[in-house]
Amino acid sequence: MAKVLEMRGITKQFPRVLANDSVDFDLEYGEIHALVGENGSGKSTLMSILYGLYQKDAGEIIVRGQPVEISEPRQAIDLRIGMVFQHFMLIEPLTVAENIVLGSEVRKGPFLDYKKMVAEGRRLSEEYGLEIDPEAKIADLSVGLQQRVEILKALYRGAEILVLDEPTAVLTPQEVDDLIEVLRNLKAKGTSIVFITHKIKEVLAVSDRVSVLRRGRKIGTKLTAETNEQELAEMMVGRVVLLQVEKGPAHPGREVLRLENVSVKDQFGHVKVNNVNLSVRSGEVLGIAGVEGNGQSELVEAIAGLRRVSGGRIYLSGQDITGWSPLRIRRAGFGFVPEDRHRRGLVLDYSVADNLILGIHGSKPFVNKAGLRSQGQIDEYAERLIAEYDVRPPVAGQAVRNLSGGNQQKVVVAREFDQNPDLLICSQPTRGVDVGAIEFIHRQVIAQRDRGAAVLLVSAELDEVLSLSDRVAVMYNGEIVSVMPIGEATEHKLGFLMLGGRPEEYQAGEVSGSAIQS
Amino acid sequence: MGDILAMLFNTTVFAAAFRMATPLIFAALGGILSERSGVVNIALEGMMLTGSFTAMFVTYHTGMPWVGVLGAMAAGGLIGLLLAIFCVRYRANQVVTGTAINIFAGGLTVFLLRHFFQVAGTSPAVTVIPDITLPVLSKIPWLDRILGRQNPLVYLALVAVFVVHVVIYKTPWGLRLRAVGEHPQAADTVGINVFRMRYTAVILSGALAGLGGTYLSIAHLSRFSEGMTAGRGFIALAAVIFGKWTPLGALGACLFFGYGDALQMRLQDIGIPTQFMNMLPYVLTMVALAGFIGRAVGPKAAGQPYIKG
Amino acid sequence: MQSKAKAFPWQELLLPLVAVVLALLVGSAFILYVGENPLKAYGILFKESLGSIRNIATTLQRATPLMFTGLAVAFAFRAGLFNIGAEGQLYMGAFCAVWVGISFDLPRIIHLPLAILAAMVGGALWASIAGYLKAKLGVHEVINTIMLNFIALFLTDWLVTGPFHGGSWVPETVRIKPTAAFSRIYPPTRLTTAVYLAVAAAAVAYVILWKTKRGYELRAVGLNPHAAEYGGINVARNTLIAMAISGAFAGLAGAEQILGLHNRFIVRFSSDLGFMGIAVALLGKNHPAGVLIAAVLFGALQAGSAAMDRSTSVPRELITIIQALIIFFVAAEFLIRRMLRLKEDA
Repeated sequence: MAKVLEMRGITKQFPRVLANDSVDFDLEYGEIHALVGENGSGKSTLMSILYGLYQKDAGEIIVRGQPVEISEPRQAIDLRIGMVFQHFMLIEPLTVAENIVLGSEVRKGPFLDYKKMVAEGRRLSEEYGLEIDPEAKIADLSVGLQQRVEILKALYRGAEILVLDEPTAVLTPQEVDDLIEVLRNLKAKGTSIVFITHKIKEVLAVSDRVSVLRRGRKIGTKLTAETNEQELAEMMVGRVVLLQVEKGPAHPGREVLRLENVSVKDQFGHVKVNNVNLSVRSGEVLGIAGVEGNGQSELVEAIAGLRRVSGGRIYLSGQDITGWSPLRIRRAGFGFVPEDRHRRGLVLDYSVADNLILGIHGSKPFVNKAGLRSQGQIDEYAERLIAEYDVRPPVAGQAVRNLSGGNQQKVVVAREFDQNPDLLICSQPTRGVDVGAIEFIHRQVIAQRDRGAAVLLVSAELDEVLSLSDRVAVMYNGEIVSVMPIGEATEHKLGFLMLGGRPEEYQAGEVSGSAIQS
Repeated sequence: MGDILAMLFNTTVFAAAFRMATPLIFAALGGILSERSGVVNIALEGMMLTGSFTAMFVTYHTGMPWVGVLGAMAAGGLIGLLLAIFCVRYRANQVVTGTAINIFAGGLTVFLLRHFFQVAGTSPAVTVIPDITLPVLSKIPWLDRILGRQNPLVYLALVAVFVVHVVIYKTPWGLRLRAVGEHPQAADTVGINVFRMRYTAVILSGALAGLGGTYLSIAHLSRFSEGMTAGRGFIALAAVIFGKWTPLGALGACLFFGYGDALQMRLQDIGIPTQFMNMLPYVLTMVALAGFIGRAVGPKAAGQPYIKG
Repeated sequence: MQSKAKAFPWQELLLPLVAVVLALLVGSAFILYVGENPLKAYGILFKESLGSIRNIATTLQRATPLMFTGLAVAFAFRAGLFNIGAEGQLYMGAFCAVWVGISFDLPRIIHLPLAILAAMVGGALWASIAGYLKAKLGVHEVINTIMLNFIALFLTDWLVTGPFHGGSWVPETVRIKPTAAFSRIYPPTRLTTAVYLAVAAAAVAYVILWKTKRGYELRAVGLNPHAAEYGGINVARNTLIAMAISGAFAGLAGAEQILGLHNRFIVRFSSDLGFMGIAVALLGKNHPAGVLIAAVLFGALQAGSAAMDRSTSVPRELITIIQALIIFFVAAEFLIRRMLRLKEDA
């Protein structure tokens, strides 16, 4: 079949990461082509380049046989390329019809032709089977329906190539089925579709071909009919390079954290965490593996008191801490390395010393009897921690903003670990951290475990989870899909579960990584 | 009791309400355009004051008040341009820049007043725009005493409300304006030039506010005096909020505030100090913002500079 | 191992300086327009404000209320809040001060401090209205403080022309008792001991912000409320406290005007002292020491303006224009950084 789109040798470098490394991608007329990979694999970047939101550093783009340069969305739209973003670009107070035509309005003289707008919206939705009321306000629509508006926006502008970026991330299972139906209709009408996702089941359900990206490189392209979940998981997750951390066996003791039927909703009312039950004991590391966006962030924030729980209860060392303030939870013996150190974990314009006492800043000895801060005590404490955790450069007074990512993370880790909390949660603890600091942080995590802390590790890095955990759980779509001892966990199995596979369907067939002996 | 009702529902008071409301209406319409595009406009006061002065000045030199009106709109538009350049292009804080404009306008108008006329406080008298009688309305009983004979600017204000309403809700430009103020990034992705929309909206808001100021110096009175806007720009801002950022809502709010203003003198006779009526618009706005009369929420992107990509 | 902060950030001083210079440059365009020589005009301006001890004293008096309102705005900014309401807070503080000043007969050692305290409480309470609405209901403090400015203005208007009217045909109260007045430092100028209070207030602001747990929390909330919340800091409570303290400083400006300058409450006595506080805070980079210096600069501009007005044909309102220009240029930091090709903040 002829190709409607070819991207050859696309390379894109961001300040600290090579997002696309000479990637080839092509799309045939009338096909649905799934583009898959984990977070950070480069799939969104590739499509953003196609849509003119980013400029490629190298490579070429050929649309319908003609080489093109796309430097802004308008040009992509003119080439009949449409994109449905993961975060909707919709104007809430306006209606469906208004959102669809925005920028390419239907006019009657100097005025908007409302009748025509609505009629056009209706016609499109009927033609493509995307039932929606053109006069409804976006704010009143469910997420699934809002997504249809995004698709209609693209179709209105004559999109023949439609790119959908993680379209099912925000949908309920029923809505996912509806979407798949819609895509089949579109395909029948001749639209060529690129479907970005990390969920293997969807890939198999709807695509003709699938291309896998990993860490900015294209691993391979296969006909969907000729592949299966295991193979795709393997391609996506790849061979795991194990950073072997030396550790002795775990000696789990009393239960420190218990989650009973915990559910968490986000500000739009969507369920992000669905009836989770978990238990973590002192002296063990429970690792939660999962692609980001499956509810881990919300779960962790709920435990930390930074988010409200919509159902269930949380127990810390036997105490019901559901609904407690962050301060109270901290004081009950809780340490937390957050996934976003710039937003949650650090006050970037504060000094290293001031960041090291965040959370304990009001206690003695940092505040003296007169209520004034004891700079001497603070500095002493800071200097000790800087030495112990090897923060570089070792200057307590400099702004933490000036430190490298790895050293910033060490500041957070130092602060949280030094308190010797009963429960320690580490969320993506080595993201954006250099290898040397990664090793250091991993050793510290094991040290905390051996001291008797209960450690809950949340990470999208499989090798990290496999290296540090004593037990492993997998989170997918807001639920804990499976919990297993480390001996039963292989990267292959975990990859499978992380991408939506059901535990009972897993066959330990072709294993390309080795099972970890505990 | 009958006395009080007679006082409250007096046609003279209603007629005065429209007059008091006119400068507010123009300024509020300007505020709506600016805020809807995402730029908070604290500078309505300064824009009005500039318009007042310019109207007087141009009328003084040309003898033609309508030319003064045009001059005031141009001057207001220039101040709007100033706000736009600093806030949209250079991403300065919108509130700070707005405050600076108010101070600037206050100083500049008196500076020029003293330089050109060597007076402190009040300019010489200029030709005013005379009241007119509308043939149609003057035939309807009761209404004729309220709107039958008014200053043309009063009628113009009412027309302006209608025009702005139509523009915002019924034209492509208005649709884009609303988009830009709610979700500039979404507008950007469909090819709308966010910066250009904001520049236009803010310049227009200056022109409208300037028009509001015109009424004060060459219609209501016949001269310019130092600080003559006396906080009306802020009352207009209050009207924008109270009217939930819609032209019709703002009209209602302005008329209500104008009515309160017109009632002041009479209320004082029955023991309510004028200052309490003066306070009313501000208290009401705080109440509206706090959500006691249904939450007043503005355009979502108002106040943030838009940074591409 | 170093614990002190690194070398003094000279680059940070450059920006306010450039803003002032640019404002003076644009100001000279106005001077030329009225046909005068900028150097001559500025010369008179600065000679009159700084050329003799007496002139400096007048400058300092003019600067004093700006020091207070500048501190108010700067303090609030540090906590991430935009307090445009210093004007209203100073009126309320002033009224409380005048009330204590005229209503009681007390020995000086109690009367004056009591009046000062009343001013602080008045300003703090008034600011807390906006603070509470922000902390509890999330309503942005900018609009609320603007509204409260006008409410305070009219409220005090009414109080002073009504129940507290001094009886004469001018709209003011009676004079405060001498025991409640600041003493003159350098007669016949109007400079009073209030200036010492201002410097002390700046020191207190500094200590609170950088040397106490409260200040640590306030600044953390201002810099990153998400991290502050994560660290166990109560963002809502700190918002309220910050506004209250800010209002207290603004109230002190009212105290200086009543207990120091006028000795009675004259209706509408403040000519934009609250708004100028914003300029002073911005120019002083929201640091107490910077605020003091910026206030003196603005005070100098005001003190010299009358003489410049008399001796040349430059209207004194040029000063207002220059002050507004300073705000423009400080606010457009981005523009100046581009101009000087300085490193841009994230």
